[in-house]
Amino acid sequence: MTATAEPEVGKARLRKEDARLVTGRTRWTDNLTVPGLLHLAFLRSPVAHARITSIDVEAARRKPGVVAVFTGADIADAQGSLPCAWPVTADQKAPQAPSLAVDQVNFAGEAVAVVVARGKAQAHDALEAIDVDYDELPVVLDLTAAVADDSPLVHPDLGTNSSAHWVFDSAEAGTGGDVEQAIAEAEVLVERTYRQQRLIPAFMEPRSVLVDPTGEQTTVWSATQIPHILRLMLALTTGTPEHKLRVIAPDVGGGFGGKLQVTPEEVVALVVATRLGKPVKWTESRSESLLSAHHGRDQVQKLTLAARRDGTVTGLKVELLADMGAYLRLVSPGVPILGAFMFNAIYKFPAYRFACTNVFTTKTPTDAYRGAGRPEATYAIERLMDELAAELGRDPIELREQNWIKHDEFPFTTVCGLEYDTGNYEAATARAKEMFGYDELRAEQRERRERGDSVQLGIGTSTFTEMCGLAPSRVLGSLSYGAGGWEHAAIRMLPSGKVEVVTGSSAHGQGHETAWSQIVADQLGVPFEDVEVLHGDTQSSPRGLDTYGSRSLTVGAMAVLKAGEKVIRKARRIAAHMMECAEDDLEFAAGKFTVKGTERATALTDVALAVFAAHDLPDGVEPSLDSEATFDPENFSFPHGTHLCAVDVDTETGFVKIRKYVCVDDVGVVVNPIIVEGQVHGGLAQGLAQALYEEAVHDESGTLTTGTLADYLIPSAVDLPHFDTDRTETPATSNQLGVKGVGEAGTIASTPAVVNAVVDAVRHFGVNDIQMPCTPMRVWTAINGGPTDAGGLGSEAGGGLGSIDTSGGAA
Amino acid sequence: MIPAAFDYTAPSTVDEAVRALADAGEEAKVIAGGQSLIPVLRMRLAAPTTLVDIGRIPELRGIRDEGDALLIGATTTHYEVQRDPSVREHALLLKAATDTVADPQVRHRGTFGGAVAHADPAGDLLAPVLALDAELVLHGLEGPRTVAAADFFVDYFTTALRQDEILVGVRVPKHTGWGAHYEKFSRVAQAWSIVAVAAAVRVEGGVIAEARVGLTNMSSVPVRARAVESALVGQPATAEAIRAAAAHAAEGTSPTADGNADTAYRQHLARVLTSRAITAATGV
Repeated sequence: MTATAEPEVGKARLRKEDARLVTGRTRWTDNLTVPGLLHLAFLRSPVAHARITSIDVEAARRKPGVVAVFTGADIADAQGSLPCAWPVTADQKAPQAPSLAVDQVNFAGEAVAVVVARGKAQAHDALEAIDVDYDELPVVLDLTAAVADDSPLVHPDLGTNSSAHWVFDSAEAGTGGDVEQAIAEAEVLVERTYRQQRLIPAFMEPRSVLVDPTGEQTTVWSATQIPHILRLMLALTTGTPEHKLRVIAPDVGGGFGGKLQVTPEEVVALVVATRLGKPVKWTESRSESLLSAHHGRDQVQKLTLAARRDGTVTGLKVELLADMGAYLRLVSPGVPILGAFMFNAIYKFPAYRFACTNVFTTKTPTDAYRGAGRPEATYAIERLMDELAAELGRDPIELREQNWIKHDEFPFTTVCGLEYDTGNYEAATARAKEMFGYDELRAEQRERRERGDSVQLGIGTSTFTEMCGLAPSRVLGSLSYGAGGWEHAAIRMLPSGKVEVVTGSSAHGQGHETAWSQIVADQLGVPFEDVEVLHGDTQSSPRGLDTYGSRSLTVGAMAVLKAGEKVIRKARRIAAHMMECAEDDLEFAAGKFTVKGTERATALTDVALAVFAAHDLPDGVEPSLDSEATFDPENFSFPHGTHLCAVDVDTETGFVKIRKYVCVDDVGVVVNPIIVEGQVHGGLAQGLAQALYEEAVHDESGTLTTGTLADYLIPSAVDLPHFDTDRTETPATSNQLGVKGVGEAGTIASTPAVVNAVVDAVRHFGVNDIQMPCTPMRVWTAINGGPTDAGGLGSEAGGGLGSIDTSGGAA
Repeated sequence: MIPAAFDYTAPSTVDEAVRALADAGEEAKVIAGGQSLIPVLRMRLAAPTTLVDIGRIPELRGIRDEGDALLIGATTTHYEVQRDPSVREHALLLKAATDTVADPQVRHRGTFGGAVAHADPAGDLLAPVLALDAELVLHGLEGPRTVAAADFFVDYFTTALRQDEILVGVRVPKHTGWGAHYEKFSRVAQAWSIVAVAAAVRVEGGVIAEARVGLTNMSSVPVRARAVESALVGQPATAEAIRAAAAHAAEGTSPTADGNADTAYRQHLARVLTSRAITAATGV
């Protein structure tokens, strides 16, 4: 065998999974079938808050092809309560969360009945024959109003709409000073309230689940990010013994946190399949996905930043209201808490306080969405830094530099008690400014402003960091999370010299197969092509905590590396036996054990073959090189970067066009630059979309009015600018690979860069904020002295798909 | 989602199509490219009992030069309209507007007649049809008849088409040598117009001799900005004169309010976009 001369890590390899993913010549959950498969369709509540007074399913049961119809009452004993794995406080209030509503619906889109039919079309046809009577209750939509004393309650039995109140205070924690004192002594205060609008993850592949109860083990295929967590949670929720369940996530088309969930549909599919003894499948439509899959963000952020006149920040106080929606889903309560440690960002705040109230409303539940808590925090602090700069008449980058952690101050313990291992904000910022032409653009901005150009140039900055690599298990424990943060891997040395890598990470577009292959090829000295990565099946990959929170490379690949070390250790003993030398005499490099100072060598793959034959092994050595490892990180990783955005704002229409976007990210050591670039581009697109385009809107009755992709605006390539990307590389010291994670960086950093640019373009009109998304009407209204949140609902019919009502005419 | 069940028929002549429509009664719908109807069916916003597919009637497809007008067959695709040299020469405004319709896939499937007959007030082809004083050729059990564009669009998604009638073509008077521009304003490229302006002008010796201006999504139907047209005629083709005339663009309109635009903002956009559209059309 030949060892690879050039290291694989760092090589811009095309992704080995792309041919099948891009062409669709693979197995997604929806294109799987098994003999005798039945199809599910869910009836969903059209109203946001109501008692169910009756459900009549008899007519539906008699429709062609219908095998069964179940209501919540029918499966109440089996469906349990959907799990929430993150009780953030000991006194957290959590409602029962049935998969099918039993006697009350709490958001429009909540499932109330399921039809099982031989054909998918028959299942959908039968939905129309179900008759439900609703006794409507008052809706709870506005976050601030929901926590007022006179608010109607989403769950009257809880006695409040507040689920939990979670506080971090640096004075109480002993990690910093008292923020109230800092505010009292402040020379400058910047006080703002920002709104994180509600977003919809909008993954490309709709959710789908197939449950086959045939055989001893029930097999669940699901378009999920979390096959391992799903298996455990399905067992705990339905009482199905864990060892009787096998969960498979076949190829999965994106998630963005939206498939980090144990869904009502998965539970119902399992319950129904078990009850009928027949396989069932459900695949959602796009509009069903937008309505009922969990949403993201949705916070009101009340912020107070204290500073001295010279620009030094002295304190930060954060008071959040976070919308949970109608129920607590898998990690809903923890999402805003993940932001608690990020508001201070890269700055040396001496005093900090974070308080968050998790609030119930009669809307679709919220949960993780790309960045989960950290984009919200980054948005707040990066907007505030621009506001402080404006207040003090300072350049926003220079002001940031005055306050950020210098490269020679690492490792640095923040006011939250996190230890940032490495970083170099100066280097990333210098490179970004150079690529951007910062000084030239500022000069042009001055010139156009003086000229009164109808198109005004704005420049926005975001110097972000994030905490990735979720997570050290002990830290998760201290945050009351219901599980650990480790990851598992195994390596199997096949007799022909090929290698199987089993990973507990569960890729759904990230490119793990390529990245893991590169890492293992280097470590074991085998060709990239000889490595096969297995994942997403609890039978082949029995242990894992799955993929979210930019954790796969920093935690999952580290487990692979640790398993590889064990393989080499086992092989060394056998190689020494084969070459009749001492283990200490061997050195391992490029896939070969070489007797030091000689040419005598044995390839690892030859050892693998010898082990397979097992004719002549050292006494007491088992005939296997296969090894597994479970890795628990000691710390988070902290990618950072500097993003600069220039926008042209048409002051006559309010339209924002991104003219230039530069980002210099530091994600540590890069395994594959193409994968990193792809993650950055996709992340930027999603972050820009929050700034300018996307918003889930509900009308006054609690109906989602952005229920199709004609109304929930996702930008396409033509709406996005060219991205000028580069990297600095400051290796993480918290893991052996030196990697930091890149899955969320673009999303976290870009949103405030864009909004800062928009506000910068029109600040001379007296504007200091525009709510997201910065729609043309909002921008134009703000320029003309109006409110920052113009828009809202129309009451009349307009054009477009959303205006067509059920009679085929206009609404 | 999955549409409710329906019967399907694909006649090969206009007469057969009309007969099929009449036979199927009130709940029949015509389908051509399906780019508007199929999403409506899939979301079960409509559940017609019969679909009459006019996509296999050869006589409905293609563009014919009738001397002083172009007759554009109803099932001519947007892509064909975009590429047709006679449209470019004699009805440039129509090409300009068609260029902004949705995306390449939709433009290859969607039909000109389908978009017009769907009568979505945010649709991009209605205002040009109105501005160019086109005539709509309809065919029913009683034979063909012609309706002026101004009389064809009745309300949201509602036209002068009778239940037994299909739109067979649109006769567009030639506007040879006219400058034209369609100024579309939407939040993302694939979204419907918040407001758009269709402008065609004929300039003679630096003076605007004739002008046609149609507005998209400023009412339940496309509207003509007549006040702008008359203010333009006889004016020098200058930015200043155009801006002054465009100030009349929203006169008499009462556009709807929705999440993207309230009434006042839509009216403001109409003025700004009208100025831009005419400026581009005159090449100032």
